[in-house]
Amino acid sequence: MASDATTTAAQRATGALSAREGMARQYDYWLTVLKRTWRGGVVSSFLTPLLYVVAMGVLLGGFIEGDPDRLEGATSYLAFVVPGLVASHAMTIAVSESTYPVMGAIKWHKTFYAQLATPLAVRDLVNAFIGFVMFRVASACAVFMLVIAPFGVFATWWGPILAWLSQVLVGFAFATLVFAYSARLRSEEGFGLLFRLGVIPLTLFSGAFFPISNLGPVLEWIARLTPLWHGVSLSRMFCVGQVDWSLVVLHVVVLVTLTVVGWFLAVRNLDRRLEV
Amino acid sequence: MISARGLRKSFGDFEAVKGIDVEVRKGEAFGFLGPNGAGKSSTMRMIASVSPVSGGELRILGMDPATDGPAIRGRLGVCPQEDTLDNELNVFDNLYIYGRYFGIDRATCRERARELLEFAQITDKAKAKVEDLSGGMKRRLTIARSLINNPDLLLLDEPTTGLDPQARHVLWDQLFRLKQAGVTLVITTHYMDEAEQLCDRLVVMDKGLIAAEGSPRQLIDAHSTREVAELRFGVGEHEALAEKIEDLGERVEVLPDRLLVYSDHGEDVVTAVLDRGLHPIATLVRRSTLEDVFLRLTGRSLAD
Repeated sequence: MASDATTTAAQRATGALSAREGMARQYDYWLTVLKRTWRGGVVSSFLTPLLYVVAMGVLLGGFIEGDPDRLEGATSYLAFVVPGLVASHAMTIAVSESTYPVMGAIKWHKTFYAQLATPLAVRDLVNAFIGFVMFRVASACAVFMLVIAPFGVFATWWGPILAWLSQVLVGFAFATLVFAYSARLRSEEGFGLLFRLGVIPLTLFSGAFFPISNLGPVLEWIARLTPLWHGVSLSRMFCVGQVDWSLVVLHVVVLVTLTVVGWFLAVRNLDRRLEV
Repeated sequence: MISARGLRKSFGDFEAVKGIDVEVRKGEAFGFLGPNGAGKSSTMRMIASVSPVSGGELRILGMDPATDGPAIRGRLGVCPQEDTLDNELNVFDNLYIYGRYFGIDRATCRERARELLEFAQITDKAKAKVEDLSGGMKRRLTIARSLINNPDLLLLDEPTTGLDPQARHVLWDQLFRLKQAGVTLVITTHYMDEAEQLCDRLVVMDKGLIAAEGSPRQLIDAHSTREVAELRFGVGEHEALAEKIEDLGERVEVLPDRLLVYSDHGEDVVTAVLDRGLHPIATLVRRSTLEDVFLRLTGRSLAD
């Protein structure tokens, strides 16, 4: 656009948009998507996890004697399970929003092809798409943390805020990596595989429901290698109020690295897929 | 507007476009005519700056698609072969949202969208779902969408494939109006009547190469006779009968269901055939078309 005074000379030569401009131009599109889908999102984003909290945290957790030493510092099972649940919930939303919708935009609705016939580039499409997914993740986790706050499961007032940022980071890592996976996929059968062999085992064994030390030494180390464990651990440390800052750095580095790698793979894979 | 030199496109071992030279000038309607698989769509995608060039040189609006893709795409209108309308948006939003991708401000987008609905004669469908439109309306909406940024160059890939004759005529009328308004059109088609109707100049493509170039009239004059006599005999007789009449025209083509005798005087051919005691089931004398040009150049008909 001629009015875009911030465009540098180098960008003008190629006509490429700045990342911000690229996303801004798709704002109206994603707003219509949100208007169309928010109702379904309310059920999957808020209601389902609330049922989990009631069933697992309150009802099942009522049978569990809270020994803070064995629950990574949490004073009750509810306080233990909530940060893990929200982190794994962040993963679930990120994964489901980056699977079928990506394939749809390539194969069924061909949205990406239509968008690419404009000044938008593959990079811009990935940015806006991930941006939308992250809006879903961030809003769902925020509402969830707010709803749970009055129940006295958080040790400090600032812990939950940092925990929320940890959950957002989990969302970023999974959204970009799964986008990269989906962009290569020719048929939706691969998604069943991803959910059965990826999402479900991660949810169950990444320390969301029980401390990974219960797994025994070998499995515990495997669990430590999974991206979700880093998010769960981060989220829980902040909520419970027992923060090991060296561990925080490790978790953040891992999740940020995964996000950056995932983003590059997502752009590369989508570029190859759409370039026929 | 477009300049291609030795343009190539390959997918692995397969070469879809094998080195073509094309010049498209401002304000003209330029056509790529050829059967399916001739390399037309691959060429179009390279011109649309979404598919990288495999070899040769390509300049669109004076720019190089490899480095200036976004800038070129900002000034193009693209009407793809397969509709890429958003089925989940209503008709108006399809135009509005698309305009936003070009960085057009919201108020202008709304205004342009309303104008284009008018142009496409679907104003009463503004709030309808795309799914509820007829095939012809969807095509008109796609063309309307491709005009949202006031493009300097409009690319139409098989614009009327799959439409009924009436819808085709409505579309042709619209494309003709665009042409008169000074929009440069590039059209691919495998319909020779479409090429004759719309194109000032065209290239005939076959197997990734350009077989001939010129205006429809020039091509017909250069590669065919003024008239054609079509003779239909019984099944299986055509091959044998061709030898008996091959001296009557400049050329005789044997098709599965008829013989085509190329001559400047078709009626004389028919009279001569009857004089030789041959009795075709049906005869037709017509003017040469681009179909005949294609048959001459490639030995095949466009429908193959």
